[in-house]
Formats: sequence, C-alpha cells, structure tokens
Amino acid sequence: MTKTEGVPKISVRGLCKAFGRKQVLDRIDIDCASGESLVIIGGSGTGKSVLVKCIVGLLRPEAGSIVIDGVETVGLRRSAREQLMQKFGMLFQGSALFDSLSVWENVAFGLIQGRGVERQAAREVALAKLAAVGLGPEVSVLRPAELSGGMQKRVALARAIAAEPEVIFFDEPTTGLDPIMADVINNLIVKCVRELGATAVSITHDMVSARKMADRIAMLHQGRIVWQGPTAEIDSSRNPYVDQFIHGRADGPIKMEVRAG
Amino acid sequence: MLRFVAAVGAAFLSFLEGTGRLALFAGVSLAALLRPPFYPRIILREMVNIGYFSLPVVGLTAIFTGMVLALQSYTGFSRFSAEGAVATVVVLSVTRELGPVISALMVAGRVGAAIAAEIGTMRVTDQIDALTTLSTDPLRYLVLPRLVAGVITLPLLVVAADIIGVFGGYLVGVYKLGFNPQAYLNGTWQRLETVDVVSGLVKAAVFGFIIALLGCYQGYYSRGGAEGVGRATTYAVVSASILILIVDYLITAAFFAR
Repeated sequence: MTKTEGVPKISVRGLCKAFGRKQVLDRIDIDCASGESLVIIGGSGTGKSVLVKCIVGLLRPEAGSIVIDGVETVGLRRSAREQLMQKFGMLFQGSALFDSLSVWENVAFGLIQGRGVERQAAREVALAKLAAVGLGPEVSVLRPAELSGGMQKRVALARAIAAEPEVIFFDEPTTGLDPIMADVINNLIVKCVRELGATAVSITHDMVSARKMADRIAMLHQGRIVWQGPTAEIDSSRNPYVDQFIHGRADGPIKMEVRAG
Repeated sequence: MLRFVAAVGAAFLSFLEGTGRLALFAGVSLAALLRPPFYPRIILREMVNIGYFSLPVVGLTAIFTGMVLALQSYTGFSRFSAEGAVATVVVLSVTRELGPVISALMVAGRVGAAIAAEIGTMRVTDQIDALTTLSTDPLRYLVLPRLVAGVITLPLLVVAADIIGVFGGYLVGVYKLGFNPQAYLNGTWQRLETVDVVSGLVKAAVFGFIIALLGCYQGYYSRGGAEGVGRATTYAVVSASILILIVDYLITAAFFAR
C-alpha cells in the first residue's frame, strides 16, 4: 500500500486509559500517515482494542491527545463527533452485524441512516460492495445468522467500506477463521483498502495477517508501544518482546496475563 | 458500628449514582425528540411488538381478573346485603387500578425482558459500537423509538384490558351469580366517571415509559456476555415492576386523594 508523506492522518500523543485500577494504555505515542496501513500487534489483553476504540471515539481516554486531519478529537461535541465518524469505517472482531436486518440492509445501514441516502440507491451500492468482497446478490436477502463466520466477515468488510471512508479500522479481522478463509479476508482487506486509497489501522495477533496488511507495524505490551517500524524490519528488530511474539515462544519477557484488561 | 455505617453509606451512594445515571439516560434519550432524524418505521414496529403481541396475555389476565373480582365482591358484599354494588366495584377497580397495573406487569415481564435482552445482546456483541461508527446515535435509534412506542401503546392495551375485564365481570355476574343483564350494565355505567378511565390511561402511559426505559437502560449497560444479558433482563423486569407499583400509588394519590 502507498503512503503520503507530511502531516500524519492520525497522531496520538500521551494517550492514557484505565479501567478502575488497571492502567490499560500508558502514555501511547503513535502516528499513522495518510494512505498508510498501520498494524498494531500484541498479545491478548494488552490494550490493542482499547487503543483503537479510543481513536474511533468509542472510549474516552483519561489523558492525551488524538489528532485526526489536524483536528483534536478528544472531547469533541456529539454533532462534531458524528461528522468525524463519516470519515471512518470499522470491521469488528465478531463482525457485529445487526441480527434484525438483512445482509444488504447491514451493508447499506451507514448510507441510509448516517448519510440519508435513499433506500433503493443504497441497495445498489450495497450489492456492488458485496460483489467486491465476493458475495452474490442471492446472499443479500439472507440474515446474518444464516451465514458462516467467513461470510459474516466479508459482509462486515463490505459494510466497513460501503461509505468509502477515509480511515478504516480492522479489529482482529481473521480471528476465528480457518487459515484459508483468513487469507481470503486478508487479500480482500488489502484490495479494498488499496482501491479506496484509505488509511488503515488494524489490530491483530496473527502475524501472517500483519505481514500481509502492514506498511508499518507497532507492538503494544502492557499498555505501551515497545517497538514500531516498517514491516520489512520486524524480523531484524532485535527487540526481545517482538522476537518472542513473532516466533510464538512461551519463554521470554512477555508473561501471560491471567485476568483480562 | 463504623463498618455498618460505611456499608449503608456505600449502598446509598450507589443508589444515588444509579438513579442519576438512569435520569441522565432518560434525559439524553428524550432530548433526541428535539431534532431529526426520527425513526417512524421502528416506532411502528415496536408498537406492534409491545401492543399487538401482548394482546393475548393481557386479554387473558384481564378477563380472569374481572371474573375473580365479580366473584370476590359478590361473596364479600353479600355479608352486608350490598350485592348490587358488584358491577360498580368491578368497573371502578378495573379502570382505575387493575387494568393498568396488571397489564403493565404483564408487559414488563414480556416486553421489558425482551427489550433488555435484545439491546443487551447488541451491547455485548459490539453492535451498539457498530451503530456509532456508522454515524447513528444508539440512543436515538434504539432507545427513543421504544420509549415513544411504550407511551403510546400501553394506554391502547389498557383500553382493551378495561373492556375485557368488565366483560369478564359481566359474564360471572350474569351467568353465574344470576344478575339481570340490563341491571348489571346499568350498575356498570351509572357510577363510572371520565376521571376513572382517564386516570387509568395516564397510569398506563407512565407505566409504558417505565417499562421501555428500564428495559433499554439495563440492556444498554449490560456487560459480561450471556450472563450479563441474563442479569439485565432480570433487573429490567424486577425494577420496572417495583417502580410501577410505587408510581401507581403516587398517581392514584395525585388523582383521588382529598
């Protein structure tokens, strides 16, 4: 994927987030350039999802700054937040499709409810986006519960790109999928992001996914970024946390947390 | 002693915090009434869910309530030769009290639990976060339509419950207790005043709001997977039922206390 030099699309500085006494994010600094694909890796419970939810605005951080397109987004008013959301698309870990709506209504939801597009026009867009992720019109009338996990992920991807967002967030896009379906989803994500020219921020603990999707990788451990750099340099990082993680070794500086964050 | 006082204080603070959060939840949801978009299709769907699909259970409870009331009134009043008041007691009890309260308790069990389960499941499966990322305010899209539907639909259900309950009393009065049909109907209409029906309908609207609000609130703040959703449905039904009975007293006092 290509990236544009200059002012970062997303700039995070000194971000802190705690739940009770548990400090989940501890002074995070990270940038993502326009058109770049940034993948954040790390073990379960290290705060990856919390970081993305803070950037999207689903969680409010205790301290720090999140600047998107030069605008501070922490503490934005509701209407300004709704405007900002129109730049975003997000694929959730469990797909988060709306059970009560058909597949095409799920894909068209953001267009109809968020942007006021007329239903028939939104349906046309939804069918085109479903085709882009390899699903035919016969799937469009089904309910999410009638689909396999891989197909649900495709529908969720179609929904995330339906409004052609500037920034797309992927939360564990291949979790729970078999390796072949995971690769299909990885390829679709790379293709869709490239075609849209969007900025992508993904979180995963699947290194195959990370290598395939990322221009740059950052590793999160105990709420802090312990390493970040170009994807090509991850194997020669000489960082003990990164080395242990990418080789999946039980021994090393990373100790498994018993309790979720 | 100090530990006991601390425990009571903590419980009281927790109660105040919960009450404040519920009030804020209701206020922010209702504030969405001030500007579009509104969701008439969802309001209509919820009205069908709350009203039409509750008719069988409300109708059944109403008819047996009216029948039992006629029977109990007759056996009680016969001790001092006041059997003639049965029709009046039935109609006043049903319209003022039993119609709205029993309908509300039935709907709280059926609909309040369903609302909490649906919204709770949406919460634990990230569907509510997904709404936000799709530029849709979850309170406006999920909560407000259910509040509006509850306020509109419960009075309609109670009108049906009133009619069915009075009919139940009529059936027992005429076919079991041997009242003259015309005399029973005269006893029903002669003492019935507009305020009797109106007070019941006002109660119904408030109860509809309470059921929808607590169902939405418990679901919206549920956490902890399936267990959390189960807990949310229980709290939704229990808290709505208790609040209905408390508010019932307050509205009754406001209408009828001299």
